Amino acid sequence: MTIQSIDLLTLSPTVVVALGALLALVAELVTGRGQVAIGVGLGALVAATPLAVLASGQQTLCNGVDASCAYVVSPLAVALQLIVLTSTAVVLLMASADVAAHTVPGGEFTFLILSSASGAVLVPATNDLVTLIVALEVVSLPTFALVALRRGEPRAAEAALKAFIYSIVSVAVSLYGISLLYGTTGVVAFDQLAAAATLTEPTPLGTAGLVMLLAVIGFKVAAVPFHAWAPDTYQGATVPVAAYLSVVSKAAGFGALLLVTWTFAGWSEIWAPVIAVLAGLTMLVGNVVALKQRHAVRLLAWSSIAQAGYILVPLAAVSGSVVWGPGVTGAVIGYLVAYTAMNLGAFGVVAIVARRTGAASLADYRGLVRRSPWLAVALAFFLASLAGLPPGLIGLLVKVRVLIVPVDAGVWWLAAVMAVATVIGLAYYLAWAALLFRRLDTADDGGPPEQLLIGSWTSTVAVAVCLALTLAFSLAPSLALGLVDRL
Amino acid sequence: MTSSWLLPALLLVPLLGALVMLLAGRGAERWATWFGVGVQSLGLLLTLVVLSQFSQTESGRIQMVVEADWIPELLVSFRIGVDGISVPLVALTSLLGWCAAVYTVRRVPEPGRARAFVGLLLLLQVGMLGTFMALDLILFFLFFEVVLAPMWFLIAFWGSGQRRRSANTFILYTVLGSVVMLLGFLVVIVDTGSADMVVLANGLGAQMSTGTQLTAALLILGGLAVKTPMWPLHTWLPDAHTAAPTVGSVLLAGVLLKMGTYGMVRIVVPTLPDAMVSIAPYLAAFAVVGILYGAMASYGQDDLKRVIAFSSVGHMGFVLLGISTLSVVGINAALFGNIAHGLITGLLFFVVGSIKQRTGSTVFAELPRGLYASAPRLGFLLGFAAVASLGMPGLAGFWGEFLALVGAYHPLVPGRFFYRAMLVLAAIGMVLAAAYFLKVLRRVGQGPTPEAQLADVATDEWLSWTPLVSLVVVLGVAPFLLLRVTEPAVRMVVESVAGTLP
Repeated sequence: MTIQSIDLLTLSPTVVVALGALLALVAELVTGRGQVAIGVGLGALVAATPLAVLASGQQTLCNGVDASCAYVVSPLAVALQLIVLTSTAVVLLMASADVAAHTVPGGEFTFLILSSASGAVLVPATNDLVTLIVALEVVSLPTFALVALRRGEPRAAEAALKAFIYSIVSVAVSLYGISLLYGTTGVVAFDQLAAAATLTEPTPLGTAGLVMLLAVIGFKVAAVPFHAWAPDTYQGATVPVAAYLSVVSKAAGFGALLLVTWTFAGWSEIWAPVIAVLAGLTMLVGNVVALKQRHAVRLLAWSSIAQAGYILVPLAAVSGSVVWGPGVTGAVIGYLVAYTAMNLGAFGVVAIVARRTGAASLADYRGLVRRSPWLAVALAFFLASLAGLPPGLIGLLVKVRVLIVPVDAGVWWLAAVMAVATVIGLAYYLAWAALLFRRLDTADDGGPPEQLLIGSWTSTVAVAVCLALTLAFSLAPSLALGLVDRL
Repeated sequence: MTSSWLLPALLLVPLLGALVMLLAGRGAERWATWFGVGVQSLGLLLTLVVLSQFSQTESGRIQMVVEADWIPELLVSFRIGVDGISVPLVALTSLLGWCAAVYTVRRVPEPGRARAFVGLLLLLQVGMLGTFMALDLILFFLFFEVVLAPMWFLIAFWGSGQRRRSANTFILYTVLGSVVMLLGFLVVIVDTGSADMVVLANGLGAQMSTGTQLTAALLILGGLAVKTPMWPLHTWLPDAHTAAPTVGSVLLAGVLLKMGTYGMVRIVVPTLPDAMVSIAPYLAAFAVVGILYGAMASYGQDDLKRVIAFSSVGHMGFVLLGISTLSVVGINAALFGNIAHGLITGLLFFVVGSIKQRTGSTVFAELPRGLYASAPRLGFLLGFAAVASLGMPGLAGFWGEFLALVGAYHPLVPGRFFYRAMLVLAAIGMVLAAAYFLKVLRRVGQGPTPEAQLADVATDEWLSWTPLVSLVVVLGVAPFLLLRVTEPAVRMVVESVAGTLP
């Protein structure tokens, strides 16, 4: 394979983030201050954002033989890259306080998280199975180290190991699946695979290969039954890293899923039922188990599992009259955009509370409104959005947008499962939100309010960004629901 | 269209009020309740302007329409307006909201926190008013959902007894209902490609196949029936009422329940006429079971608030019966019944709330007897509201139920014999209703004069309740004042159904 040309401008979002990772490492070595590394990382992410938008519609790394390119930037890819870049920046802001407190080494942290993010930027723009798997591994490998990076926390190593083992098993399975797909079709590039899939009926080997390929994606988005690593890993890691896993890792997974389902759109009768089962299980298990959680980060972990279930629904409903297209992808991306803002916001508040008070259990959130009215109101708003209850309008509207697809396709059981799951979900989000406004048992009415709780300015900015985005999406939902159309 | 700013203003005023309460500091606790009165007075004033601008002769037409693109991806536009069906409910909402604000000034329920309480009441007001103005299915759904969180907080934080459990039952039931309703809306939107309630009502909805209509109608009616509540989906209501603070109960019974029956008349009947004709007899049967069940269950209650809650199930049964006839008289009766029930039950919950404030309980066994003697004016108001509620001719409660029976005598849908049987059963229910309110009056009103006098009706209570009392009398004596507003709009709705009948 001879590569004809490399268009660096098209590749620049990935390259800039990767360079930013290296630069951050150097910056800390030179200055000796972790905060500088965070600043360099933020700079790289901010610089990459306009470059990602500019690259829309371009392609590069083409080979001269059959004019197939390894890097193709579709509007969908740009939308996912924007999600990755923005949320990584927010995570860096959240983590800045940890670095300042020397609980996390700034250079290594920034290096690892930007390395992973460069993979996540790459994923949605890949155009063949091999590059896709490599890109997904670039997302995963640094995260194991990130999870383990928490100083003085024995559970971190266990958490990292758990994620690592799940990851390599799922990658092994999907590599095997890729080899089967290559064996049956003789190609790995998505456009060529797509052509093959529309022309030929699925063979048993091809079917097996495709289902196996879905395994690694199931792991990435933490869909049931590939979810078991997520709660322990989230809890073991620092809160910003958990936030990163719950948003960027998922975004990479959904990017891969969109590519794979687009490629095999002709075989939707194979993957749609598989994804439907994953979606149904994920929504139900995620929400039901979340009901029992008493630990803030674990609750958010299960909540993010459940939310991933909702995002799977549009793809799961592809059948008959509903084909893979803007109606489906718009719902997936719309939900993902909204989820990113509201979920990161919730993690942001949890990070501040955890750092200031060491609080980890939900009970510690009782009466938060007295210690920090704005954090409490913000968290209540994020939880309402996740639950899909006004005033969190965007959370409700993206659920409506997702629900249209199974109704349109007539997949009633899936619509019913989602309806029930949403109602179950309401219970735990609401219970948590109510705790924020409940009086402390110990505090007498006459007594002075508890010690005020104020986050560092960087973590406050992180929450404020998420709050501004969630509010903007709630007032002008087209910003989230129509994002792809505008790229 | 000079008056086009009116409806948005009516929504913005309480919304901004709620925002002010959110942003105001702790010092606002002192003036929060007065602020609430100010905002609600402004709202009531705007509503009066709306009423004066509203053309009664053209009440079948949607007026004061305001339209703006909002979410093209979901076919949703921000489209609001009022006609003869919705304008009385908008007025009722503004009035009850004002009464609740006035009542709250000196009576913020435990544990205080007036700022949050007033803010939630104002947010609730936005959702209630918006529901009655929305002309877009998804927008209707959104406003429908807006009321949930504030009402949940009102019950869970300012309620009494099993407040948290009751609040959770309330929200989980109604959310399940509204999700089912949403599924029905989506069936309509996906099939017709439109979410515009006016377009759908004017024939686009009727073009859907009968099967699709039935699916959509069952889903939407199922969702609305939870809110109404229709027997057997009413189980959340008594608990919610018992636990809710007084103004919460007033707005719950007075306005929130109406959102269900309003949705049926506004959306289901004109949009899905074929399906509605097939479903109507079943709806009538459920309605009548509700009437009888409500009456009998009321009689068996040992708590004043629960008596009223179950009586609401019965009254809403009459409203449903009226709708199920699909006739002009029946649907007029339903709309009249909505308003009458809102005024009367609102007043009842106010009076019972005041009794509870003075005696600390609403359980019969714990209440001192002889209210007529210990607090004659309060006793009179309880008697007045109870008599109005049981359908005394000359008061507003009578007409909704009487006209529903008239409608059942001449239903538009086939099955005259069946409807007359329903009519007889419903009439029995009307008589039974007399029994339980007389029991209430005997247990609470009469009896030996207690030693301790109760504080009688205070000035602020008079101020808050007088509009309700007067309207119950005025509408009882001159029902045409309301009927002539609803009639032309109802004719439009019924015509859409009549067109589908052979």
